Amino acid sequence: MKEARAINRKKDLLGDIIFLVVVVVISTVLLIIFPERRFRVFTVSREFFIEMITILPAVMILMGLFAEFVPGKLVVKLLGKSAGLKGILLAIVFGALPTGPLYIAFPMAAGLLKKGASITCIIVFLSAWACIKIPQELVELQFLGFKFMGLRLALTIISVIFMGFLIEKIIGKTKRKEPIKP
Amino acid sequence: MGRTTLIVNGLAVLCLIFAFVKDRKKAKRSVFKALMAFLRMLPVIIGIVIFIGILLGFVSKEVIERIVGVQGGFIGVVLVGLFGAVLHIPSLIAFPLAASLLKSGATVTSVAVFITTLTMIGFVTLPLEIRELGRKMALLRNGISFIIALIIGVIMGLVL
Repeated sequence: MKEARAINRKKDLLGDIIFLVVVVVISTVLLIIFPERRFRVFTVSREFFIEMITILPAVMILMGLFAEFVPGKLVVKLLGKSAGLKGILLAIVFGALPTGPLYIAFPMAAGLLKKGASITCIIVFLSAWACIKIPQELVELQFLGFKFMGLRLALTIISVIFMGFLIEKIIGKTKRKEPIKP
Repeated sequence: MGRTTLIVNGLAVLCLIFAFVKDRKKAKRSVFKALMAFLRMLPVIIGIVIFIGILLGFVSKEVIERIVGVQGGFIGVVLVGLFGAVLHIPSLIAFPLAASLLKSGATVTSVAVFITTLTMIGFVTLPLEIRELGRKMALLRNGISFIIALIIGVIMGLVL
């Protein structure tokens, strides 16, 4: 599992570098053919670069700190115990903490399922992890403004809880009978 | 520098100080992790920055409007949503891209749908999700998320 992940990571990095090279090559060709566009392209790129470079390191630091100080085991322990409204609220809070990418949350969710957490809770946890992350909201605030970020956040929280109940209704409260890992 | 930048950087500094006081070793490790994650993200950051420059410098407002603007209509919104679901880029980097589209004529609905599907739905990570949580739950979560993203986008378009 770990080895597979390491290979995946290498593949991802290679993909990113290929993306960068392709963008650079295409842009260079375009800017050589259309020199009159250079000024506009450079101005826009510089503006966005400055905006990103002034906020992303801080966001990464926050994510690194939370990943280190709030271990996954603790989250599973606390979430597995709580049920009902409290469980859902906790699921949102823990999901929103700035800790790592979504694929880390899947095994945690599976662990929660085994511990007997409700399906609503798990769906809310996963979805909050995916799209209500605090660092994400901060960057959204920076680029899209308070109204956009606030409204989308409110709507997302409501719909994620709704989705949790809906999926629990569909799947049923009983735990799945299929094995968790093949 | 904007207010958000100041607040976020201030928050990071405060948390860092607190972390170092609490546990030096852990704090050092998290700074190292953050640095590595940032370096790891750098190729995509630079790529997206250049891409945005080219996008705003070459593609006219009319073209963007036709695809993800008012003229794109509902089909345009659904396409943007699918694009967001399949695309596998860090969401942190998607926001500047979304902002640039919004600046050049995309509707609030398209941009909101794009961000929401991008973050909520993981097409690339779907096999992993199925393996850990079972097919039914994973497919339901991703499928319903898509519909929810469309609804969120439409409401946001109406309100903003």
